[in-house]
Amino acid sequence: MKEVDFSRDDRWLLPEAVDEVLPPDAAALEGLRRRILDTCKSWGYELVMPPLIEFVDSLLVGMADDLDLQTFRVTDQLSGRMMGVRADMTPQAARIDAHQLRRDAVTRLCYLGTVLNTRPEGPGHSRNPVQLGAEIYGHDGVESDVEIIALMLETLALVGLQDPILDLGHVGILHGLAQEAKLDPAQETQLFDSLQRKATGELRELLQDISDAEARQRLAALVNLNGDIQVLDEAAEHFAGAGEPVLAALARLRDLAAALRRQVPDVRLHFDLAELSGYRFHNGVVFAAFMPGHGKALARGGRYDGIGAVFGRSRPATGFSADLKALVRASRGVGAAPVRGILAPWSDDADLLTRVRQLRQAGERVVMAMPGRNDSPRSLGCDRHLLARDGRWQVEAID
Amino acid sequence: MTEHLIIALSKGRILEDTLPLLAAAGIEPVDDPARSRKLVLDTTDPGVKLVVLRATDVPTYVQYGAADLGVSGKDVLMEHGGDDLYEPLDLGIARCRLMVAGFPDAHRRPGTLRVATKFVNITRRYFAEQGRQVETIKLYGSMELAPIAGLADLIVDLVDTGRTLEANGLVPLEHIADISSRMVVNRASMKLKHKPIKAFLEKLEQRLGAA
Repeated sequence: MKEVDFSRDDRWLLPEAVDEVLPPDAAALEGLRRRILDTCKSWGYELVMPPLIEFVDSLLVGMADDLDLQTFRVTDQLSGRMMGVRADMTPQAARIDAHQLRRDAVTRLCYLGTVLNTRPEGPGHSRNPVQLGAEIYGHDGVESDVEIIALMLETLALVGLQDPILDLGHVGILHGLAQEAKLDPAQETQLFDSLQRKATGELRELLQDISDAEARQRLAALVNLNGDIQVLDEAAEHFAGAGEPVLAALARLRDLAAALRRQVPDVRLHFDLAELSGYRFHNGVVFAAFMPGHGKALARGGRYDGIGAVFGRSRPATGFSADLKALVRASRGVGAAPVRGILAPWSDDADLLTRVRQLRQAGERVVMAMPGRNDSPRSLGCDRHLLARDGRWQVEAID
Repeated sequence: MTEHLIIALSKGRILEDTLPLLAAAGIEPVDDPARSRKLVLDTTDPGVKLVVLRATDVPTYVQYGAADLGVSGKDVLMEHGGDDLYEPLDLGIARCRLMVAGFPDAHRRPGTLRVATKFVNITRRYFAEQGRQVETIKLYGSMELAPIAGLADLIVDLVDTGRTLEANGLVPLEHIADISSRMVVNRASMKLKHKPIKAFLEKLEQRLGAA
């Protein structure tokens, strides 16, 4: 295990938390990629392909510090400016909507591509996820939230992940309450940190510094406001005297829950009014999908109104994203088709070549055997072969 | 789909102090954890299983969702990063203090100080926050020996009674944090198994409030 041996013998080694997709998962992933993009297209979402790399100035403008830390950087040899490899495609889509397209109409965009993170987002996360996502620009209302959530659930269903629990929250509640409590930035950071961990004891200590008793009680109540839809009623009681932004956020969440009941009646809802984690640049309704047996959210998203303002155009925006590789891993074993194929001998015979072409056009997988090799049909993923019978090429099962 | 709750505990003092709390919540191991060789223990509650781990492994099991809940010292959470976890309850057990210690006035020496500890992340963060540059030395045990043997100027370690320090001529110099054990919860479990987890936490909280 000396460093020298390590560099010589382990040249194949990938960096920690960097992974690649091998057969048959790669084929499954590609199949899913196509079906997901087809579904997005059929819902009216237009595909965009933002570049892997951009100037840091445009990639990170208006973004939180943690996205900054998550971004790999290189110097551009042509301009001398700093470039960043995208760590999240959502801001790129927002830039495209705000600056490149500049449409008045509601714009629906989807995208799918590799992003790089300097550090894994959590235990067991890849640093090179394949991010897929869909966004709606230009509409502020529960309808666009409902549509994006419905599309997220349909995407999960395509992968075979049925019946997830949908966690709903609203970033505006916490921000509103924090503002009412007149916290300084340091206190706010500490408060958000303890709330993230639902550290009730720490929170109680922090809140002692707040002079406004009502504001203090509301923030203290927040940490326990998680559970089924009754949470919204409890919140209404606790926040009765709160300011307009908090009440509006709560009302919005209630409307969204009602609209989801009408549009996606089977979905199981869970509410957590203190949840902020994983929501980087969101400022309204946020949501995430969880599945039994998986210790992390499989897809998440929310509202990030006005993010395009830095590119000259402020529009309402909502969207979701997920790591396609994580989805494939989660669905492993769900409907994985066995590999099938037909093995054909290498030959110049015109009849054989015609037959092979016909079979391939019919959607069959036909593999040509390389002469001089004795590979078994199984090792080439074939369950049938082409044989000449009475001068005709016939497909026969291999026994 | 398993609807079991899996609770991760660590061996030793935390286990001894946690079992009475769990008993108050109606959860008692069927086999004596001190004697049993089993790694997964059934309890009197058919919906709850216990796993007994090394203390530093508890947050890892809970972060990955291999256990839904766990009991972990705040020192372990601070050192290994408990950011991905909920820690809704301070159980108030296994209390001690995380301190900087050394010979009297050793922390006032000029120049870059050497600090021996097994909590290298906490140590780096603590001194950096104070604007002090230190050299950390990772050790796995017998911290008190480091200043005596001249390996380090200071140590960062858990201090309970302070008797070991005293016996070796060392004194506590700076207080970093009060430590106690926390109940930690996996984020996804909190949402997927919300009812049983919340009920369990409420029972514990009642017991803690009564104590």
